[in-house]
Amino acid sequence: MSQLSVLDSRDLPELLVALQRYGYRVVGPTRRDGAIVYDELVSAADLPIGWTDEQEAGHYRLKRREDDAVFAYAVGPHSWKRFLHPSPLILWRARRTAVGVSIETPTEELPRLALFGVRSCDLHAIAVLDRVLRGGPFVDPYYAERRSRVFVVAINCGHFSPSTCFCVSMGTGPKATFGFDLALTEVLEPGRHAFVVEVGTEEGAEVLRQVPHRTAEPWERAAAEHVVKRTAARMGRRLETAGLKEALYANLEHPRWDDVAQRCLTCGNCTMVCPTCFCFTVEDRTDLTGTVTERVRRLDVCFTTEFTYTAGKPLRQSARSRYRQWLTHKLGSWGDQFGVSGCVGCGRCITWCPVGIDMTEEAAAIRSPSEPGERTR
Amino acid sequence: MREPSSAPPPGANPYIPVPFRVSGRRRETADTVTLRLRSPTGDSLPFKPGQFMMLYVFGVGEVPISVSGRPRRADILEHTVRAVGPVTRRLAALRRGDWVGVRGPFGQGWPLALAEGFDVLLVAGGLGLAPLRSALLQILAQRDRYRRVTVLYGARSPADLLYRLDLTRWQQRPDLELRVTVDRADERWRGQIGVVPALIAQVERQFEPTRTVALVCGPEVMMRFTVRELQKRGVPDDLIYLSLERNMKCALGLCGHCQFGPAFICKDGPVMPFSRLAPFSEIREL
Repeated sequence: MSQLSVLDSRDLPELLVALQRYGYRVVGPTRRDGAIVYDELVSAADLPIGWTDEQEAGHYRLKRREDDAVFAYAVGPHSWKRFLHPSPLILWRARRTAVGVSIETPTEELPRLALFGVRSCDLHAIAVLDRVLRGGPFVDPYYAERRSRVFVVAINCGHFSPSTCFCVSMGTGPKATFGFDLALTEVLEPGRHAFVVEVGTEEGAEVLRQVPHRTAEPWERAAAEHVVKRTAARMGRRLETAGLKEALYANLEHPRWDDVAQRCLTCGNCTMVCPTCFCFTVEDRTDLTGTVTERVRRLDVCFTTEFTYTAGKPLRQSARSRYRQWLTHKLGSWGDQFGVSGCVGCGRCITWCPVGIDMTEEAAAIRSPSEPGERTR
Repeated sequence: MREPSSAPPPGANPYIPVPFRVSGRRRETADTVTLRLRSPTGDSLPFKPGQFMMLYVFGVGEVPISVSGRPRRADILEHTVRAVGPVTRRLAALRRGDWVGVRGPFGQGWPLALAEGFDVLLVAGGLGLAPLRSALLQILAQRDRYRRVTVLYGARSPADLLYRLDLTRWQQRPDLELRVTVDRADERWRGQIGVVPALIAQVERQFEPTRTVALVCGPEVMMRFTVRELQKRGVPDDLIYLSLERNMKCALGLCGHCQFGPAFICKDGPVMPFSRLAPFSEIREL
């Protein structure tokens, strides 16, 4: 275990300044449109200091706190794929020339991003995207380039959403254990507000050296440890993962799929807020003269009928089949494809489902024997 | 999951098409043409029968199309395209000299090495003959490596038959059994009428079930019945290979569109043994 340091809350702004001095554009949580989203942080004042959230299935509200907690909320509608797997994205531009067609990739210099306040579930989500987009036989060069340039400041969860978070059962939280340059634990007690800092990389150590800090006292280490232990102990919601893939494959005709299809609006909100949903489509845009065209990539949603449009018709016509594809992919076939679950237990899909469908509840129902009188094949 | 047989060169951007030109064009049917493509700079894209390319029409879009030509000439690509959507309509209308972007080859091809020493049964429905033509040309070029070779081909009507010249040539070969059927005949049709799977009963003495590799491509319903006929005669599931079709945006295993259960058709397919598809073959809308 590396040595832990303590950063007084007064000095947190200095950490952002140090990152900016290193040439990073800092992106992290900020309050906008009644939610905590991820966007550029010009200074620490952009952080949602003194705010918390209230999340339930299909419900999200921000509330003022009595204190100046910086990270006292769970994840919001955004995830880091917004920066690492951005949509829309121009893949290339082609121009008709006298001798044929010339194709070029965009040449804009990409900013180096510092992701500020990454939760453990989202570190796991980034690791999932790593496997999907740069771990296979074909590497996505756009993702790989963005990913290789990020600096990660993780935050260990002292606050979580009891109705939606289930990282403990997924083995993905609440403590950041890999994939960060620096990891913070917010310790907020009467008369004391500080961040215990763990260094993950040499670059993290270098940045920390630019910020006033001191070595953590044993009791401060214990306090930080207590923060994540308390979160882990209190997280009641869970997804039973043992044998889940097999159970889903064995129940592709379970009547629960019809049941959930009655509720599901096939809006695709769950895929948009999911930190690992990576599917995309491409479209070609041509200028009015017809000489320049560009291929644009956009994140796509498996809940649309267009998604499976093949040889003149969609293959997944019913809502039942589209919800089933999403859930069995996320919790089942993802494992066959990438050796890891597609779900990290962040709970975003539960909160942001307009009708409050809870995927942990659906998965539990689908793996249980169907109701008497109903038949499954 | 197997690795694709075409590993990308490291550092290359796999989204960027390679320029080709139409060097020949043959009308097959009212809505289908075979394009012959050549690289102006002599580039070749070595492929295996059963693999596919992403063909790009400038400013319109890109579609996955199987290779249907002979793999020996990797600098010449042949693709048979039916005009059904915006991109395939434009592809089918291309003329000699027109520019086409090509990415590929992608995916797993037909198991022609595995089939050596075996009877080979090629079963095609409609446009499904296109990827099988590539396999057959390869087999005929190395005919002595295989035991009996049988081709069963069904089209909707006599006017829908592809590769007429090839069909005539194949019909005349003593080392190849070819049976052709149509769903609906016209007054001049002297051949068989009926669906392709029904032809299997006619040729069941032409193959020894446990020493047969079956290569099947066609509409899903045709493949489902073909598999049943083959199973009935004892051809094992792991020797029945199907070529599947799905929506594809990238062909790289990244866009997520072509999933079929745990498989990405673009990289684990398009050709897959039925033994891998069997657990999901009766599930509708998968």
